[in-house]
Amino acid sequence: MNNEQNQPKDILKVKNLSFYYGTFQALKDISLDIEANKVTALIGPSGCGKSTLLRCFNRMNDLFSNAKVEGQIIFDDLDIYSQSIDPVLIRSKIGMVFQKPNPFPKSIYDNVAFGLRINGFAGNYDEEIERALVQSALWDEVKDRLKDNAFSLSGGQQQRLCIARALAIRPDVILLDEPTSALDPIATVKIEDLVNVLKKDYTIIIVTHNMQQAARVSDKTAFLLSGEDRCGVLIEYDYTQTMFSNPKIKETEDYITGRFS
Amino acid sequence: MNLNNSVFDSKRGHRLRMKIEGRIVNLFVSICAFITLLVTFAIIWNLVQQSIGFFTQVSLIDFFTETRWSPILIPKSFGIAPLVAGTFLVTIIASFVAVPVGLSVAIYLAEYAPDTLRRILKPIIEVLAGIPTVVYGYFALTFVTPLLKIVFPEMIIFNALSAGLVMGIMIIPFVSSLTEDALIAVPNSLRQASYALGATRFETSIKVVVPAALSGIIAAFVLGLSRAIGETMLVTIAAGATPKLTFNPIESIQTMTAYIVQLALGEAANGSIEYQSIYAVGILLFLITFSMNTLGHWIVRRWRNVY
Amino acid sequence: MSTDFKLNQNNLSRRKFIGIIFLVFCLLGVLVAMMGLISLLIQVILQGYEWVTPNLIFNYPSRHPEQAGLWPALIGTLYMMGLTALITVPVGIGAAIYLEEYAPKNWITSFIEINTSNLAGVPSIVYGLLGLSIFVYFLKLERSILAGSLTMSLLILPLLILASREAIKAVPMAHREAAFALGGDKWQVVKMAVLPTAFPGILTGVILALSRAIGEAAPMVAITALVYITFVPVTPMDRFTVMPIQIFNWVSRPQDDFRGLAAGGIIILLFLLLSMNSIAVILRNKFQKRSEE
Repeated sequence: MNNEQNQPKDILKVKNLSFYYGTFQALKDISLDIEANKVTALIGPSGCGKSTLLRCFNRMNDLFSNAKVEGQIIFDDLDIYSQSIDPVLIRSKIGMVFQKPNPFPKSIYDNVAFGLRINGFAGNYDEEIERALVQSALWDEVKDRLKDNAFSLSGGQQQRLCIARALAIRPDVILLDEPTSALDPIATVKIEDLVNVLKKDYTIIIVTHNMQQAARVSDKTAFLLSGEDRCGVLIEYDYTQTMFSNPKIKETEDYITGRFS
Repeated sequence: MNLNNSVFDSKRGHRLRMKIEGRIVNLFVSICAFITLLVTFAIIWNLVQQSIGFFTQVSLIDFFTETRWSPILIPKSFGIAPLVAGTFLVTIIASFVAVPVGLSVAIYLAEYAPDTLRRILKPIIEVLAGIPTVVYGYFALTFVTPLLKIVFPEMIIFNALSAGLVMGIMIIPFVSSLTEDALIAVPNSLRQASYALGATRFETSIKVVVPAALSGIIAAFVLGLSRAIGETMLVTIAAGATPKLTFNPIESIQTMTAYIVQLALGEAANGSIEYQSIYAVGILLFLITFSMNTLGHWIVRRWRNVY
Repeated sequence: MSTDFKLNQNNLSRRKFIGIIFLVFCLLGVLVAMMGLISLLIQVILQGYEWVTPNLIFNYPSRHPEQAGLWPALIGTLYMMGLTALITVPVGIGAAIYLEEYAPKNWITSFIEINTSNLAGVPSIVYGLLGLSIFVYFLKLERSILAGSLTMSLLILPLLILASREAIKAVPMAHREAAFALGGDKWQVVKMAVLPTAFPGILTGVILALSRAIGEAAPMVAITALVYITFVPVTPMDRFTVMPIQIFNWVSRPQDDFRGLAAGGIIILLFLLLSMNSIAVILRNKFQKRSEE
């Protein structure tokens, strides 16, 4: 299946994951393994549960009081949903960037520093903040105005700032929830290029409703679908090139060729 | 198309009536709105006109620098400082209660409380706002003062501390509901970003939400204090009628508002300097509360984050 | 990941502990507020319940506590409330309609809006002084219940405007658009589409503003000057007193019995307020249900 010299390492293993909001089941029996240092895309029509699945990886769904999880997500040989693990620590290892850029109403510097301060970083802040902004391709544009308010940046710049903010604490995995859907095409391209570079140091899982973006950016793709019960299931999960040229399941082919949106 | 048949004629008459009615209503509601401007004008004009008589007899310098306020008893003295000191003493004591309690209640309701609890607690706190201030005065005099006398035996019945503490309780709902509004206005996306970086709920509230809502919170404090300064019956009943320039809370003092009530009850002769002194105190009171209210609203307008 | 990047995450339990301490602090604040309210109510009820007798309601004030009653104050309160409503309700609703439906978006309108919210913050005693000069002396209404009602109308006018505006703002744009599309002019749209829907909210606002008026003693003190009224007002030009002033009068007396009387009066006043607020809530629910059918 692959010609790489090293065995591909799976950094996150989803085992029979089902997710409920109260009595409503949003995800059913999902199993897939996320490969390290690769970009994995989650695609599917709206309402299929791809964002819900993404938010399971960093336990952001815990913020809903009626959220219930069955199954496991194994990260570093530990089930992140086990009782002994505090979600707060998970989130410093699995970061997230949201659909609409949401920088804090603070300076650019303080935005990037926030995660470092919260998590007790005791080293050189200036260095780390510069590194994070360089990695998110924003440094040149803001290096002279780090004290400016984050809202003085354009939409695309704000999103890259949010990426820098997430990168600052050096997570192992970065979750991107439709990161470009609120941005113009030029800003979108910048972020897609960024994703390509970031995967050398990070594992990336990206939710996108844009199939072309998935094809451009990802190494592997997972296709989810929900039926009349609005419960999402995993239909197909394969290397992107394979899935887009030779999908194995009919529904996947229908979706990719645009027979339904 | 022939529009001149009976159906449309009656409709045209109806339309005409509606139009006249509409014009009258338009005039009426405009007048109503402009009455509010008239009221402000009347308040200011009334205060200025009545206190001019006072200030022709008492110089502004004496008014602000004399340390004794004795408009009736001889030797007469018209220094406003004791009344202002009395007002501020009570207000500061009140803020020691209202600010921490109002802030913590607001943060609890906005960031921590589950929905059902919030729906019960919020109206209960609002009840505090609906209680007439004479009732608070009664409470200060008959419950709080005896209680405090146990701690401070040398305290007299009328004192600033009782009034200030109860005043604090009285303005809790004012401070907490404005603060809560400011906290709720902070979009959830900011909280989510904070959680996604591994922050706890406390860290998210204190390091993200409160700073983002800061302008609204400060405005809440300023407006709450302004309310305390303008409060009348509570201090008249509980704080005393002895104008004294002091910062000792267990002493009896008199606030600006209580003085006005005292004179108003005494039926001072219209036109006498005692009568005019009511307006002199009144105009100062108005200026203080007006500037604080304007400051509070300005803080919100100027510093509010637009999301 | 470079090996010299270190996040100190061993203090997670300390971070959580601080969070718990903070939560406790917040709950203490809630407790203080609750305790303040509860102790106030208990004090009032304990000291006052034995004084709530028919005597208290129907008698006239007297030097002897056992014979003293609230009757003139009660009638004065209700009378004043009625007169105030007559004066302030049309003006308040009218101003709200103007600001929400008719006013152009220019600086004059903003000025009126800012001015209204400033008026809401003016101390009530200042309104009393205004009423004293203008209604009592200038318009020669003397210290009548009419002067008092006019003064009170001005006091609660900003509150009423605010509440009515909220109710009118809450009417969905779709209602107005539908009425316009059917060929209505401005007034027809307001009369037929906006006001009926906003009515429950406006009604609630009126009742809440009036219940605020009932509790205000300060401006009435400036108008009536005396607090010992022993007769019931009949015409609008009669002198009067209101319940908060009578309570104030009793509280100011040193004898314990009068404190008890005051507490009894407070119970009745609070009961009156509770009834008004309950009516407001019931009416609002009733009208809201009807509009949702």
